[in-house]
Amino acid sequence: MYQLRFGRLNGIEVIMLDIPTQSHFISFNRVSKNFAGRSGTVRALGDIDLKIRSGEFVSIVGPSGCGKSTLMMLVSGLMNASGGEIHVDGKKITRPSSDIGIVFQRDVLLDWRTALQNILLQAEIRKMDIPAATIRAKKLMKMVGLEGFEDAYPHELSGGMRQRVSICRALLHKPPLLVMDEPFGALDALTRDQLQLDLARIWAETGMTVIFITHSISEAIFLSDRVVVMTPRPGRIEKVLEIDLPRPRRLSVRESAEFAGHTHEVTQMFKKLGVLREGDDE
Amino acid sequence: MSSADMTAPATPGFSLSRFKPPYALITLFALLVIWEVGARMADVPTYLLPTPSAIILAFRDFGPLLIQHAGVTLLEIVLGFAIAVLVGIPLATSIAYSKVVDRSIYPLIVGSQTVPKAAIAPLLLAAFGYGIAPKIIIVALMSFFPVVINSVVGFRAAPPEMLHLASSMGANGWQTFWRFRLPQALPSMFAGMKLASVLAVIGAVVAEFVGARSGLGYVIMVAGSNFRMDQQFAAIIVLSAMGMVFFWIIGMIEARVLPKHGSTNAGDH
Repeated sequence: MYQLRFGRLNGIEVIMLDIPTQSHFISFNRVSKNFAGRSGTVRALGDIDLKIRSGEFVSIVGPSGCGKSTLMMLVSGLMNASGGEIHVDGKKITRPSSDIGIVFQRDVLLDWRTALQNILLQAEIRKMDIPAATIRAKKLMKMVGLEGFEDAYPHELSGGMRQRVSICRALLHKPPLLVMDEPFGALDALTRDQLQLDLARIWAETGMTVIFITHSISEAIFLSDRVVVMTPRPGRIEKVLEIDLPRPRRLSVRESAEFAGHTHEVTQMFKKLGVLREGDDE
Repeated sequence: MSSADMTAPATPGFSLSRFKPPYALITLFALLVIWEVGARMADVPTYLLPTPSAIILAFRDFGPLLIQHAGVTLLEIVLGFAIAVLVGIPLATSIAYSKVVDRSIYPLIVGSQTVPKAAIAPLLLAAFGYGIAPKIIIVALMSFFPVVINSVVGFRAAPPEMLHLASSMGANGWQTFWRFRLPQALPSMFAGMKLASVLAVIGAVVAEFVGARSGLGYVIMVAGSNFRMDQQFAAIIVLSAMGMVFFWIIGMIEARVLPKHGSTNAGDH
C-alpha cells in the first residue's frame, strides 16, 4: 500500500487500482463536442482523454479553432460535452462549476466598479464574509503589484493591470482549480513576460491546479508541468509533453538547450500537422 | 501602457485663467440683437415676424395663460413618457431574456418604427376624443421605441464572457441580472430615455395640433389663426424650455442612478 503510494510519485500506472477516483484531480474520459453547423453536425473536439493531477500546471497549445476554448468551457461546466465524461475532484461536471476561478483573454472587468470592487464581486456573489474578503483581495493585489490601485476604475488601468485585477478576482475564493483561456493573448510581449513570472509565483504559493490555454509555444513550456499539444479541427490530443525544467523558472530558462529542445519538438509537431508551414520545405 | 497613465482626478479649481466666456450665450444674444434691429429697420410686420421685444411683451401679457396650457402639455408628456418607460423596460428585459419573446415581438417593434406616429394621431383622436387620453397615448408611442430598442441593445452589450464569469461565481439569475446585466445595460437605457424625452415633447405637440382644447400645441394653432406670431413664439419658447428641462432632469437621474463609470465612453458598447 505504502509502496504503491510511493509508486504514484514516480508516475506508475498501478496506483490507479489503489485510489481510483482520487488519483487524478481532473479526468477527461473520451470527451467530445459537436456543434450544429450549416451542413449537419461538426465535430469540434474529441475524443479527449486526459488526466490532470492535483496541483499540476497543464497548458493546452494548439492552433486557433482546435477547440482549446471549448475544452475550457467543458471543464468549467459552461458547456456540456456531446460525449464522454469529465470529472473534477471526483464529481462529474454537468452544470457550471463554481469551485473554479476563470480568467479570459478579455479581462471582463465591470466598468462601473473599482479594481477592488471588481475583485470583491466574487465575494459578494458567493456571500463570503466581506471584511475578510477585502483583506484577502488587498493581499492579492499586493501580490500582483497592484498596491495603491484599489480605487482605480478599469479605464484608468493599463491592459496588463486590468488582467492582473481579473486574476485576483479569479483567486479570491481560493479555488482549487484555475482555468485560464489565453489570458495574456492581448498583452504586449514585456507585460506578458511579467505576468507569466507572476502567475508562476502565485501558482507555486497556492498549490492550485491550473489549466492554461494558449497558442504561444514558449509560454506553455515556460509555465507548465505538462504541455498538451492539440491538432487542428477536430481538436484531438496529438501529444502530451512532460516539461521537467527545474523550478522556480527564471526568464533565462528560455535560452537553455532543454527549453529549445521542447520548443523544437512542439514546432515540429505543428509542422507535421500542417499548422505551421515554411516556404523552403516541400 | 504603464502605471504612468493613471489619471489623477482633477480637482475643480476656479481661477481667472480658467474662466471661459459663455460663447454660445454671447452668440445667441448677438443673433437676438441682429433680429431685433433687422426687423425694426426693414419694418417687418409683426404678423410675419415679431421682434424679440414683442415676444417678451407677449410673455408679460399671456404669461398666466401660457403656464396654464403648459401644465396640460407637461402632464401629457410626463404621463406618456412614464407609460413608455414602465412598459418599455420590462418588455426589453423579457426580449433580452426570452428567445420566444425576442423572436415573436422584437421584429414587430422594430418594423412598426416605420409607421409615422403623427399619422395615427387622427385615428386615436377619433377613438378617444379630444381629451388628454389620445395625447398621452401618442406621447407613449413616440417614446416607447427608443426606450425599448436602446434597452435591448444595452442588454445585448453584455459579452458572453461576462455571463460565463457570473456562472463560474455561482451567480443565480437574480444576481446575474442586478450585478451584471442591468448595470451593463443602464447607459444605453438612459441614452434611449433621453431620446424619448425629446420625442415625447414632439408627440404631445403634434397630438395637440390634430385636435385639442388646451395645451401649448393648441395655443400655437389658435395664435397662428389669429396672426399672433408673438404668442406663437412665446409658446414655442416655453415648449423648448420644457423639453430642455425634461432632458436635463433625465440626465440628472442618470448621473445619480448610473453606477459611477468615470469612463468617457461608458455608453458606446
